Amino acid sequence: MDLNYTDEQKAFRQEVRSWLEKHVPATPLPSFDASREGFEAHRAWEQVLAEGRWGMVTWPENYGGRGLDLIQWLIFEEEYYRSGAPLRVNQNGIFLLGPTLMEYGTEEQKARFLTSMASGDEIWAQAWSEPQAGSDLASVRATAVLEGDEYVLKGHKIWSSRAVFADWAFGLFRTDPASQRHKGLSLIFFPLNAPGVRVQAIPQIDGETGFAEIFLEDVRVPAFNRLGGEGEGWNICMATAGFERGLMLRSPARFQVAARKLVDLYKAHEGEVEPTVRAAVLQSWMDAEAYALSIYATASRLAAGGHIGAEASTNKIFWSEMDIAMHKAALSILGARAELLRSAPEAGDIGRWLDGYFFSLAGPIYAGSNEIQRNIIAERMLGLPRA
Amino acid sequence: MDFRFSEEQTMTADVVRELLTDVCQPADLRRLMGEGAARDEGRWAKIVEMGLAGAMVAEDKGGLGLSAIDFVQIAEACGYAGLPEPLVENAGVALPLLAAFSDNSRAAALLERALAGEVTVTVAHPANPFVADADTAEAVLIVRDGAVHLVETASVAIVAQPSVDPFRRLFSVAFEPSAETLIASAEDAATPLAAAFDRGALYAAAQMQGIAQRCVDLGVAYAKERQQFGKPIGSYQAVKHHLATAQVKIEFARPVLHAAAAQLEQGDLYSRARISQAKLACADASDVAARTSIQVHGAMGYSWEVDVHFFLKRGIALTNWWGGNAFHRERVAARVFGAALGPEHTFAREAENA
Repeated sequence: MDLNYTDEQKAFRQEVRSWLEKHVPATPLPSFDASREGFEAHRAWEQVLAEGRWGMVTWPENYGGRGLDLIQWLIFEEEYYRSGAPLRVNQNGIFLLGPTLMEYGTEEQKARFLTSMASGDEIWAQAWSEPQAGSDLASVRATAVLEGDEYVLKGHKIWSSRAVFADWAFGLFRTDPASQRHKGLSLIFFPLNAPGVRVQAIPQIDGETGFAEIFLEDVRVPAFNRLGGEGEGWNICMATAGFERGLMLRSPARFQVAARKLVDLYKAHEGEVEPTVRAAVLQSWMDAEAYALSIYATASRLAAGGHIGAEASTNKIFWSEMDIAMHKAALSILGARAELLRSAPEAGDIGRWLDGYFFSLAGPIYAGSNEIQRNIIAERMLGLPRA
Repeated sequence: MDFRFSEEQTMTADVVRELLTDVCQPADLRRLMGEGAARDEGRWAKIVEMGLAGAMVAEDKGGLGLSAIDFVQIAEACGYAGLPEPLVENAGVALPLLAAFSDNSRAAALLERALAGEVTVTVAHPANPFVADADTAEAVLIVRDGAVHLVETASVAIVAQPSVDPFRRLFSVAFEPSAETLIASAEDAATPLAAAFDRGALYAAAQMQGIAQRCVDLGVAYAKERQQFGKPIGSYQAVKHHLATAQVKIEFARPVLHAAAAQLEQGDLYSRARISQAKLACADASDVAARTSIQVHGAMGYSWEVDVHFFLKRGIALTNWWGGNAFHRERVAARVFGAALGPEHTFAREAENA
């Protein structure tokens, strides 16, 4: 065990830091879920990142990456959040689909999709859930019928993050109409501007249109757009979910920076708040540190050839509950000012905490509800019997 | 940067774990309780034979010169087993403290016998209101006005203070300091005593981590077996979710505990906060896991017959031993409100940030 960065790792941190200091936009970009303008501003930022080859540092060089290991990825993320750089509009692509493509895609598919993903030229949305397939994702009904060398897609997808403005989506489709449950599903990509695709925005609690429903009416895509074999969609999808929950979706730096801001907020209002708030602030810092240490332990294990297992589920529960607790602590510090919208003349920076609180409420739901995660922990980690 | 144990470290802990699985089952605990004996001499002899007494004492002083990283998983195993004998406090805390004063001839002579496993030593530290295992210890290191005194237990009056944990043996010790008993002045003792406190807190945390996992494991075993409505109760989500929640606590206490062990030697603001964070996290995990296990066991969980209460009680005791939650939260506060925060400081040292 060695909890010291090597000189090489320290130098890498400096390199990331100085690049970000030069390139991070001075003023925050408008939300990528609220307007086309905000979305495109974020795409432009992705392109700046890609020009510096910072789009996805763990990817191989031929797909626009730097071939770095997970510890270096953590260092990159630490500097990224420290710098206040924009959120990653292509997170569905780079953090979820990207690693899966790397593992299951053919060389042709990787060449076609990974490079344009890393460059920000194609922004991805996910299309997994359906009105009748939420936590019970295996009851997907959308179909893909092979006609020649094309699939014809039909169905109704919902809760698709980024779908309003994104270019592409990946989703689960039933390729074997006679199949039941997990069998007969395939993972297929489709352009969101293809004929027969209709995207309907769904306003969220905060009023932004962060997700959408997608209606597919005889949408034709080449069979090339299927990732993995026909009928292998479920297993591939679970691998994606593992990455999402496990490591990449919520890097620890995000919460460590939030904890630092929370401590600053507390210090600014120290005399006005009750002692329980102080304890909550300290707990938030401790939880963010615990999450970071846990991810360092996982990254060290993966670097030595280990695999991510049910800890993907423990991570997801931990960060989503921590995120809510942090924002609740912030709102209690703000007291009666907490309800101010960003547009209020006296809101200043306050609105960020309210926005963050609303977003944190989605954490225990998306990427597999925390109830499902608890089932996974109970069954796969603790060995309790299935219902 | 490599946050993993070496194979050797894991192997050493495995050997201890296997021995304790062999000789420290709840049936053994109950037998000891029935006999009312201070310790199981057969088990203690086996533990002594492993040669761990000097684990944490430097090699040039006759010990094995291991570090907290080598010992932390051993302490977890002791917590998991509910070990009554003072392996952790003797080898992990008392002997390294005694070794710090080995320039003193009385201390050196006692250290030699203690390293050979002939006797144990205990510590009367101001952090703890009582002295553990004073009846079986040969001598006590007593702190008075910051100075350290060494007294043979035979020469002082000890009064038993029964604990809720039937296997913790607590005593008050009445003692008159003198020039003969003194082995280190307050000035010389300050650094070793601070280190002893950090070790005490770290290994109490490690034992609670073991306790937490034991409580979940007991609950899981029962939930697989116990049938209601024609199915094992562990197949119901309400029961599953209780146990999963406790396991999440354990999973996120563990890396903090192990980082605290790795950072212990720093002896600075950052390592102290990490140790205190570990103690808080492990205390929380053991509290949640013990109460969850009782709940999962139903009425059986509230009975003397089911073993969970042994672990519940040890957890209650250790939560407040070597500093309670309020004390440790303040050590965390000193770091949070007194030094730079953010992701680039996770593994910070005072020396680098001076």
